[in-house]
Amino acid sequence: MHDTVTIKDNSVLDVEKVRKDFPILDTLVFGHPLVYLDNAATTQKPEAVLKAMEEYYHTINSNVHRGVHHLSQQATDAYELARKKIAEYIGAKHAHEIIFTRGTTESINLVAYTFGKKFLRPGDSILTSGLEHHSNIVPWQLACEDRGATLKVIPIDENGELILDGLEKLLEGVKLVSVNYVSNALGTINPVREIIAAAHRQGTPVLLDAAQAVQHMEVDVQELDVDFLAFSSHKIYGPTGFGVLYGKEQWLNELPPYQGGGEMIKTVSFEKTTYNDLPYKFEAGTPDMAGAIGLGAALDYIQKLGLSTIRQTEHNLMAYALEALQEIKGLRMIGRSAHRAGVLSFLVGDIHPFDLGEILDKQGIAVRTGHHCAQPIMDQYCIPGTVRASLAFYNTPAEIDKLVAGIRKAATLLG
Amino acid sequence: MTIKEKQDEIIADFEFFSNWDDKYEYIIQMGKELPPMDPQYKVDENLIRGCQSRVWMHPDYKDGVITFTADSDAIITKGLVSLVIDVLAGHTPKEIVDAELYFINAIGLSSHLSPTRSNGLLSMVKQIKLYALAYQAKELQS
Repeated sequence: MHDTVTIKDNSVLDVEKVRKDFPILDTLVFGHPLVYLDNAATTQKPEAVLKAMEEYYHTINSNVHRGVHHLSQQATDAYELARKKIAEYIGAKHAHEIIFTRGTTESINLVAYTFGKKFLRPGDSILTSGLEHHSNIVPWQLACEDRGATLKVIPIDENGELILDGLEKLLEGVKLVSVNYVSNALGTINPVREIIAAAHRQGTPVLLDAAQAVQHMEVDVQELDVDFLAFSSHKIYGPTGFGVLYGKEQWLNELPPYQGGGEMIKTVSFEKTTYNDLPYKFEAGTPDMAGAIGLGAALDYIQKLGLSTIRQTEHNLMAYALEALQEIKGLRMIGRSAHRAGVLSFLVGDIHPFDLGEILDKQGIAVRTGHHCAQPIMDQYCIPGTVRASLAFYNTPAEIDKLVAGIRKAATLLG
Repeated sequence: MTIKEKQDEIIADFEFFSNWDDKYEYIIQMGKELPPMDPQYKVDENLIRGCQSRVWMHPDYKDGVITFTADSDAIITKGLVSLVIDVLAGHTPKEIVDAELYFINAIGLSSHLSPTRSNGLLSMVKQIKLYALAYQAKELQS
């Protein structure tokens, strides 16, 4: 029923060597070496990404697609090469199916607005899940409110897994399904193949919020047969403020433009404007060239390490962390799915997550506390929030040991 | 003791602590010692919402001075709430309105007053000032 991750080989990374690529990991916090376990919020950037962006500004910075001059051509080539790399990374059929945005949030808003405008009618509905980030709830609420449609929700069970028993029935009247691949709050890997297949049986398209998936496992949009997919650059070792929307060509051609301006037009007169071809139809204004090139460099870096090697390394670390955390008296995991990536969400006794987070911070350990922009999940568990430790391949078992010791110290102080 | 004297006393106390554990231990102890809030006042209308932790506060005005009862669901915040009350309670509305709370910065917990951290303490201090202002206006009317 669940997506299984095929691991092609069992090789793991030389983490100590890899850590040297991330200069920020040497930072001291309150006199302690930084233990950065907030990777689901944002990942750190390898030297290769910083260098690629610096080099862009140093050597070829210039506006893309419109200049007659040499630099503009070089910038355009580098920018469009990044689009090709991104398309290849997620297995898209065409590079023009890759739309550049500011991040997952904008990607989802783009689809919610344009799809809503074209296809949503009063009485229709959109289906999302109880495991979503606010950015995969609120854009749909706005669209539904605007079009007189309703938002339906796939429920979750006490382990933090989606309940798909009633899915066929839930899908009735649904115009689009939008769910995340991996939950940012609990780390659950959702059975998206099953959801996509069920939705497609009724001719309903599916959007995947892959913000917490693409950095941990292979995601192939053609193999998934997903209609739209969104992710953010900054969560996959690339620069902030940049993101991607993938859409199947036929869907993107059907949707109206999102924003108007330069780049997205073919001809403009006061009577009639004709729109540009994909992907430019959805890319109004001067784009973030350095962002695209930075993300391209991040994907090159990941592929150099090998996604399956990354997957195996993170898998081992997650198993180690799960076992180590469970040794802590009074610790309870929030979200107990066996299918998990990146995220460990937990509470200790009746200690408020904010208190625990603050005492960990004093020991140089960076975690996230609170509702993780997923309040409906916290409401379901009747908790104010959780402490979330989120892993990247550059984290070590020694850092997990520090987390465990840090939690023990906090529990003694706060208990 | 004036508001300033109380703050200076807290700052002097904190100077004894050589490491952060002791400092936090003290704040947590203050939180534990905060007298429990009468359940009738621990209601939504007295709730000061922060993104992370919540604070409930109820003021009382008698014989020209203001007192407070309060609670928080996070113990470190509660300890700081307790310190703020310790500093401000028992003073006149004018003294509270005019007071500058510098001790939280001075003891190295300024992050608790950062709007980005939003844990209810900053909003609580603002709310105390608003109550004091309202009582001051009432005094002027009578």
